[in-house]
Amino acid sequence: MTDTTLAVPLAGGDGHRTRAAGATVEFRALRRAFGATVALDGLDLTVRPGELLALLGPSGCGKTTALRMLAGFEHPDSGLVLVDGEDVTGVPAHRRDTGMVFQSYSLFPHLNALDNVAFGLRMRKVGAAERRARAAELLELVGLPDHGSRYPHQLSGGQQQRIALARALALRPRVLLLDEPLSALDAKVRLTLREEIRRLQQELGITTLFVTHDQEEALSMADRVAVMRGGRLEQCATPAELYARPATAFVAEFVGTMSRIPGRVVDGGTVEVLGRRLPVDGEAPAVAGGEVDVLVRPEAVRLSHDPAGRARVVATAFLGAVTRVTVTLPGGTPVKADLPTESAAALPPGSAVAVDLPDRPVLVAPRAA
Amino acid sequence: MTSSTTTLTGPAAAAAVPVRRHRSAGWIAVAPLLAFVALSFGAPALAMLGGAFTARDPATGATSYTTANFAASLHGAYLTALLGSVKLSAVSAGIAAVLGLLLAQAVVTSRFRALREAVLTASGVLANFGGVPLAFAFVATLGNSGVLTRQLGLARHGWDLYSFWGLTLTYLYFLIPLMVLTVTPALDGLRSQWREAAQNNGATGAQYWRHVALPVLAPSLLGGLVLLFGSAFAAYATAAAMVGSSVPLVTLQIADAISGNVLLGQENVALALSLDMVAVACLVMAVYLPLQRRSARWLD
Repeated sequence: MTDTTLAVPLAGGDGHRTRAAGATVEFRALRRAFGATVALDGLDLTVRPGELLALLGPSGCGKTTALRMLAGFEHPDSGLVLVDGEDVTGVPAHRRDTGMVFQSYSLFPHLNALDNVAFGLRMRKVGAAERRARAAELLELVGLPDHGSRYPHQLSGGQQQRIALARALALRPRVLLLDEPLSALDAKVRLTLREEIRRLQQELGITTLFVTHDQEEALSMADRVAVMRGGRLEQCATPAELYARPATAFVAEFVGTMSRIPGRVVDGGTVEVLGRRLPVDGEAPAVAGGEVDVLVRPEAVRLSHDPAGRARVVATAFLGAVTRVTVTLPGGTPVKADLPTESAAALPPGSAVAVDLPDRPVLVAPRAA
Repeated sequence: MTSSTTTLTGPAAAAAVPVRRHRSAGWIAVAPLLAFVALSFGAPALAMLGGAFTARDPATGATSYTTANFAASLHGAYLTALLGSVKLSAVSAGIAAVLGLLLAQAVVTSRFRALREAVLTASGVLANFGGVPLAFAFVATLGNSGVLTRQLGLARHGWDLYSFWGLTLTYLYFLIPLMVLTVTPALDGLRSQWREAAQNNGATGAQYWRHVALPVLAPSLLGGLVLLFGSAFAAYATAAAMVGSSVPLVTLQIADAISGNVLLGQENVALALSLDMVAVACLVMAVYLPLQRRSARWLD
């Protein structure tokens, strides 16, 4: 079975495209503990109308718990969930105006694709003819107009998630919730589907929360990305800002690739690293003379062939237009650098190189143990 | 951005060796099972079939083919007993299926692992607790002079263990645990995301059960129901020890006919009654299998 491309035949549709902008979602001081484990520790977050916000973080950071609270499957120990300013914290799940796509395929196995999509309409007592018509329209929306009679076991993973997406949209929810919907799919289908989900979300203008632990997925799809850690929000910003100006060392290292290079604080605003003095981006975490780590992206590291250089190339990885070169500094610290593939060809493993940084502010973090 | 990683590999993998299926080897493996089935099931079935349609002249000892045994098995007391067995089996299987499902669901959703293990272990024991010991246990507790009957004054309320409903209650004692054992794995297989997806689509708890859980469970429930029906239909010792002939059952009639308890020379009628039981079992399976196939199609 193959995945067809998502068609979005909304012109002249039943109003999906013309619906008002999505709802505002607010999490206020949400706290939830499971025994001794604190899943959410005072989460404050606002999702703007029509925005796709990705909740990103490592396993156990609370992102799925937050999503499930919005869906009504979990209830906070304290705090509020607001949709368009209305407190929905105590509203049962079946009365929440949200559509959800689950991580694993959650289609009902005894219903064909059309009946799966029409399930919510059936629960709302919509007439058979009307719900079949709307379900067919949604199947067309997700690019599977000819798959209505197929059962879930007759569909590929990507097709099942498209059907699940259509089912989630069937009741025209104010908020769409996506709980790692692509994680069970193979890489190629995942890439295609994430672009199509994004296009569909923009077409419908529906407020969307997207839970993922895949930073590339989050950065490529979301308007804003909320990075979570230990039940708390570390930073919520646009992908570009998150990458370029991470608020914390955790965000810096979690989003994208980052190398830690040993340095020493000269004064409150300057750090000495690789024999140079560079301005600190933000506040230095140590007093003058204190040892810190300077955090640098691979694209910010410059390498040059230097027979007298004390750093050594230890590995190269071809990434297409660029090649990622890993070098070790004299103390054994590994540093990654992205070089144009042509330039990297001159630096085979074992080469002696000089490592340099551009003359701009750098992020510093306490020295790793 | 795409990446490619060069992986050092060892020696090339050995060429795949085509696997040939030796049908003869397969048949040899299954031959003991086939021989066992032929001996333990096929031979008695053939003997029963032959005997059901055979009459023996008491004077000459000559045998002839006849449908008289079969006709007799479907008349009078024999027919009443056959219908009584079907009714008892259907009622007790139906009640046990409902109660067993509820108990299994309570066990599956329980937070207490010890409770689950205790119930499943007890079910494993009780599902095999039948025959005369079970009858004695019920007579001692709920019989005319049973402990509970006297203490609770059940006789004043019309309680009679040696009746249809008394026998039904006794059968439930092993049928409910059997249902728990049958349906628990199926309930474990119900994915929590189906419930959540249903809720997310506006379904209440009752709607989830009606539109999702029960249809998904249908093959297991049907299978369990057939198993319970068959178990109750074939039960003999409990009923024989407890109610004798006060509740007409086909298994008791077969025993009476073979032993000459009422009339002599009814052995071939007993075989015809046995054939009736096989026919009822086949009928139940004929209803069950298409339903099971239909509902199992989407669970492939």
